[in-house]
Amino acid sequence: MKKTITMESNKLSRVDYIFRPETNRLDLLKRVMSKDKDDFLLELIDSGLKGRGGAGFLTGLKWKLAKEAAGDKKYVICNADEGEPGTFKDREILDRVAGKVLTGMALCGYIVGADEGYIYLRAEYRFLSPKLNKMMAGINEELKSIGLNFKLGIRYGSGAYVCGEETALIESMEGKRGEPRNKPPFPVTEGYLGKPTVVNNVETFVNTVIIAEIGYHEYKKLGTDSSRGMKLFSISGDCSKEGIFELELGMSLADFVDEFGDGDTKAVQVGGASGFCVPRKKFKETIIGFEGIPTGGSMKIFNSSRSMYNVLHNYLDFFQEESCGQCTPCRVGCQQLYKGIMAVKRRERPATYLDELVKLAETMRFASKCGLGQSVGNAFVSIVENFREEIVY
Amino acid sequence: MTQKMINLTINNIPVTVEEGTTILDAARKLNIRIPTLCYHEDLCVAGNCRVCVVEQVGMRTLQASCAVPVRENMQILTNSMKVRQARKNIIELLLSEHRADCTKCYKNGNCELQDLANEYRTGNQMYLDLVHEKSFTIDMSSPSIMKDDSKCIRCQRCVRTCAELQGVNALSVANKGHEMKISSFFEKPMHEVVCTNCGQCINRCPTGALVERNYIDEVWNAIYDPTKHVAVQTAPAVRVALGEELGFDPGERVTGKMVSALRRLGFNSVLDTDFTADLTIMEEGTELLTRLKRALVDKDTTVSLPMTTSCSPGWIKFIEHTFPEFLPNVSTCKSPQQMFGALVKTYYAQRKNINPKDIVSVSIMPCTAKKYEAQRPEMRDSGYQDVDYVLTTRELAIMIKQAGIEFLKLEEEQYDRFMGNSTGAAVIFGATGGVMEAALRTAWEIVTGTPVPFENLNITPVRGMEGIKEASVTISGCKPEWSFLEGVELRCAIAHGLANAKQLMQAVKDGKANYHFIEIMACPGGCLGGGGQPIPTSPEIRKKRAEAIYSEDEHMKLRKSHDNPEVAQIYQEFLGEPLGHKSHELLHTHYKARKRY
Repeated sequence: MKKTITMESNKLSRVDYIFRPETNRLDLLKRVMSKDKDDFLLELIDSGLKGRGGAGFLTGLKWKLAKEAAGDKKYVICNADEGEPGTFKDREILDRVAGKVLTGMALCGYIVGADEGYIYLRAEYRFLSPKLNKMMAGINEELKSIGLNFKLGIRYGSGAYVCGEETALIESMEGKRGEPRNKPPFPVTEGYLGKPTVVNNVETFVNTVIIAEIGYHEYKKLGTDSSRGMKLFSISGDCSKEGIFELELGMSLADFVDEFGDGDTKAVQVGGASGFCVPRKKFKETIIGFEGIPTGGSMKIFNSSRSMYNVLHNYLDFFQEESCGQCTPCRVGCQQLYKGIMAVKRRERPATYLDELVKLAETMRFASKCGLGQSVGNAFVSIVENFREEIVY
Repeated sequence: MTQKMINLTINNIPVTVEEGTTILDAARKLNIRIPTLCYHEDLCVAGNCRVCVVEQVGMRTLQASCAVPVRENMQILTNSMKVRQARKNIIELLLSEHRADCTKCYKNGNCELQDLANEYRTGNQMYLDLVHEKSFTIDMSSPSIMKDDSKCIRCQRCVRTCAELQGVNALSVANKGHEMKISSFFEKPMHEVVCTNCGQCINRCPTGALVERNYIDEVWNAIYDPTKHVAVQTAPAVRVALGEELGFDPGERVTGKMVSALRRLGFNSVLDTDFTADLTIMEEGTELLTRLKRALVDKDTTVSLPMTTSCSPGWIKFIEHTFPEFLPNVSTCKSPQQMFGALVKTYYAQRKNINPKDIVSVSIMPCTAKKYEAQRPEMRDSGYQDVDYVLTTRELAIMIKQAGIEFLKLEEEQYDRFMGNSTGAAVIFGATGGVMEAALRTAWEIVTGTPVPFENLNITPVRGMEGIKEASVTISGCKPEWSFLEGVELRCAIAHGLANAKQLMQAVKDGKANYHFIEIMACPGGCLGGGGQPIPTSPEIRKKRAEAIYSEDEHMKLRKSHDNPEVAQIYQEFLGEPLGHKSHELLHTHYKARKRY
């Protein structure tokens, strides 16, 4: 049954799958292992699960490509470098249901034929490592007992935002400077140490376990055609309730703001600094999901007391510092946008200079080497277009 | 196995290329030029300047054509509106972080960024100036290389050169975002780090961020000083590359014109480093044979074999830092430049009756490390600094242009008769494998009394651009006094580019390779690809220069160092014998172990 959602009927639907305690891990793995790998991949693809990091690549397809890639050795990496401003849900997952993440990694390892899996843990989350290490040691033994040759371990980030980008993450894991690589080749064919590698977000692995648990038919009932399933949202800013909430994908921003706003919401930044700023007038038509605005989970709510100039200034300051600095559009572009809005504010450049900067932001979107530079324009253009007067005056 | 072929269109023109070809190379096949900056034929692909972006129909983002391989049915546009806007923006962004004081810049006229700015008519600076807000100090600490970060566009060609070609890693990327820059270990000045002064980074820097320390004015001042006798020596590799700076195609031999130009510039004597290259062969060849004798006859276990060459000052600094335990293996011979310097202020001064304090010794080198070498404290055996100023091939070209000399039309002249004679064996010092070949031509003949058993003296196994070459000859027909070498298989290895040298020495260190004699040149292709040679450089250009070197050798009357009559004369009149007392004093040196940091 296809679930149709119209603006009017789209009620915000809270669900609870992710933090539900884990069922028997070994039973689940054994069940998957008793079936054909390709059947599981088909189910995973059919479930419609897309990566929860924000980019939204079909998880089943990624695993399929990695499985089919030639290589004597393969790796599974869990991207726990949660660095997007306003996102804090992976920390909670790793704190409360890390077992599910590790199960998901083992599942992936089994399917693609990898025998090593690493959590790339954000430096600030180091406090989680004693618990994770203990759990990994246990699970490594458990996996051995059911004949699954898969070993888990942790690698630590060093604090660079760009290392959330999968190829920069891999470079960092290899002990190099965290700089994104040229793609192709993609990690599924040449990743960590040049071997086929699956890199997935923390939440994505949990989702794969949920799909294995409840079946893809059940899973498909959640969300919309383009955005299957549920998602954790990190909600912050001027809100009535803040924190982490698990919601079905595909709601309208209007419904979201009704539930979480403080009654005076001016704009919502969907997807963190690299996401889009949606003004109040567009709340109704904006869908949270891959058909509308996708998000890695960050939802920042701004009320009328906030200066959007300050918001943008803050984001651009962040980007000009967190760009890895290797490619021209991102390294220099971020500085130009950052200094450019200040120059306009100080009347050193005319208001029309913003139009030049919008063009520059477009160039950054097209020509930057990785997702970081390509998405700086999102926040910039959406804020400048919707709140131009706040930038100029 | 036949390569799979890929069909695609570029600007609607169909083209078929081998699988694995990049979009950039496919476009070149159609004579469509896509501008590049961070791309360099000698280096791995970085894809970070983004100047070469092209549109792939159906893709949201533009593709870096240097990095993306072609795929079946790709439709590429290299000059669409989207591409043009992006490219122009990118060039303007680069200009905004680059101190564009072009008219005052040493690289004015030979700058890839300047060319692009010109091509895209960037006109008025559109973006904010990011350079002048920051403070930059030009690093002039090194006697060879000047580093000016305000002109750096972060293409990382230098970093890749230093790491990939040279295995030195003196230059590296530091910081991120707006603070990202090319730096050295702990941001120490260049003279305090592992830099070998090879200058390969200069050869590949697209702007003026890395240039040689130039001594043009100092040399002009010496020439203008009537109390000074300015003697100039020219290295073998200069004569096959200088033409590139002055209107000739790569691979043109301009020896005669260069000599004539040097006289017109006002040098008092125009001499040839090739003379001391021949002398090097006598000294180094004898040194090798002595070491072999000690090892094979005297069974002396303290003798250090394999012996390595010492002509390349980049290599010397590298081994001092990287393999100090192998310093006893390095030939104690000074490089030809320094032998020459020591002799100019002694032998030459005596013969010409000039007070050595009035001699200014200038050398024209394909090399930036020679500038450092000349200033080493060990290099003052004449009682003065043996070589006062070292100019690169590029600097000489600048002087020739400044003097208004029409190089293309110059008559050819000969070197001075005294310390200007040389052989083909000396000329080939300029190419990788050349010292080995020259040494073998002489050593073989000393030992056997007959010429090396190779057609026309061309020892082809040691030639060519392979990174590491190996060769072995079994010695036969020895004279009685060398009978201990009869039947000995002499094993040689040759490496050029310090990354190759590192690999070779590591193999020796690990006991995986066993040689008697190793030739190492710091630069790719040997001196002909030196850090002081004309820019640009590429495998193709270096191949042409090598051909010119070997052709120069073929055209020489004398092809073996020991046949040089001046060499015999200097031993008779001044030095005594190879490795003799006077030789030791003037022509040999010692090395210093240095730390990595």
